Amino acid sequence: MSASILIVAEHDGTTLGAGTARCVACAATVAQAEITVVVCATDASAVARQAAALRGVHRVLTVEHPIHAHPLAAAIAPQIAALGGPYTHVLGPSSTFGKDLMPRIAALLDTAQVSDIMAVEGPHRFRRPIYAGNAIVTVEVPADTKVVGTVRTASFRAAGVGGTAQIEKIDAPVEPPSHTRFVSTSAAKSDRPDLQTAARVISGGRALGSAEAFQMLYQLADKLGAAVGASRAAVDAGYAPNELQVGQTGKIIAPELYVAIGISGAIQHLTGIKDARTIVAINKDPEAPIFEVADIGLVGDLFEIVPQIEKLL
Amino acid sequence: MMKRIVVGIKRVVDYNVRIRIKPDGSGVVLDGVKMSVNPFDEIALEEALRIKERAGAEEVVVATIGPSDCQAQLRTCLAMGADRALHVLSDAPTEPLTTARILLKLIEREQPFLVLLGKQAIDDDNGQTGQMLAALWQRPQATFASKIELGEGKAQVTREVDAGLETLEVDLPAVITVDLRLNEPRYVKLPEIMKAKKKPLETLPLESLGVAPGAHLTTVRVAAPPQRQKGIQVENAAALVATLKEKGLLTS
Repeated sequence: MSASILIVAEHDGTTLGAGTARCVACAATVAQAEITVVVCATDASAVARQAAALRGVHRVLTVEHPIHAHPLAAAIAPQIAALGGPYTHVLGPSSTFGKDLMPRIAALLDTAQVSDIMAVEGPHRFRRPIYAGNAIVTVEVPADTKVVGTVRTASFRAAGVGGTAQIEKIDAPVEPPSHTRFVSTSAAKSDRPDLQTAARVISGGRALGSAEAFQMLYQLADKLGAAVGASRAAVDAGYAPNELQVGQTGKIIAPELYVAIGISGAIQHLTGIKDARTIVAINKDPEAPIFEVADIGLVGDLFEIVPQIEKLL
Repeated sequence: MMKRIVVGIKRVVDYNVRIRIKPDGSGVVLDGVKMSVNPFDEIALEEALRIKERAGAEEVVVATIGPSDCQAQLRTCLAMGADRALHVLSDAPTEPLTTARILLKLIEREQPFLVLLGKQAIDDDNGQTGQMLAALWQRPQATFASKIELGEGKAQVTREVDAGLETLEVDLPAVITVDLRLNEPRYVKLPEIMKAKKKPLETLPLESLGVAPGAHLTTVRVAAPPQRQKGIQVENAAALVATLKEKGLLTS
């Protein structure tokens, strides 16, 4: 049996989100999958070209409508539900975009959703984390039922580029509702790598003690070409903005190198980093739980150690 | 018509409990484990109560679906300040789509101008019910709310999204799912617990609502996650940098 998989592209109007390439990689692990990416935008051309270049993608559909200037789930869901009929699977990334959107699509398609797919065991069988990652459940969707799911992007390596899928522009299948309107966004533009996809992440916890001290991590990150993250404790204390939070209720990431500085390692934080290739922990407390999962541990005063590291780089 | 908010809550394993997986892999041990209101749902209820306290609503109704034990959590919600509770009795757990269908039945009955839910339950971590409910109800949704401002017939909701904060305007009625930083739920005081015993709690058998409890997903097995091994300790910053260089982790 072959699978026909529709992936909803995440993008900002010009750039395809990094999660989409990981959804493609997930979809490609389904046997004999034919993969279509759909881009809803006002002008989809740039994003569609990037999606068409992903290896494994067979076809890119574009749906252009002024309402798709912003990623409103209420507007996108009916388009995807109208297109979804012929597909065996409809997938999106497990980012806030996909988490917001995909259940709305699933309900419109009258089907259940598999959230946070971390492994594909068969066309209808998936592994996903529950209880904040403290257990992994294998679930099965009935063979005659469409699969709607979000893909835990940290579990998959992004599909490479070099593909040449055809791009097909289609008319918006439905007129989206106007009951939901975009007002504003406060996304801070930064030259640093994106936390979600960075190869290296420098992350700080409560032990930093202040927003001023937290600045020291930005300097170190810039020297390493790394993104900056934070524990929930550091965010709650106001040392770092919300969008830097790493952990079960923040971002779940899988960098090559994760450096946890002054982070004790609460279970909900560890959930967010357990797919990291190498974890480094710097902490004053030798009993801190972070050392139980760290590949390299250094017990000591971060206010001495961090400047020393910076000088050595 | 009374200005009403419906808050959906779920009884879950208390967030402080370290869960254990059944040896046969059929699920997680729930017998004798402390159960609580899902923390995100508590935040949803707190927000509803604050809206009512500043005269933005006249009544706060909490609703849950589950076995008879759930009444303990509904009483907690009544003690926090909810006016009345609805308990849809179902011995088997319901999946999010079924839960959304049941909540829709309650909404048709209660006619709320606002439905508040937690963004996800901390047991199954599905994060689906609110969005599914909004879809079935054909109403707006605003997920991961960190700020809610009610206006005439509409609401401005600030959402915690990956890139930062996003503000949406939604027409009411709408479904809003709440995130951690929206508020800090109040502590329940003893007199309120006593008072809550007299508040109305209505039990509705699931069969009476005409929603089939269909299971769409089958649990094949539940297993522990792979554990990371404890690594090495280094003595100082120089040794750390040397080790990282050796492993090629400082250059891409």
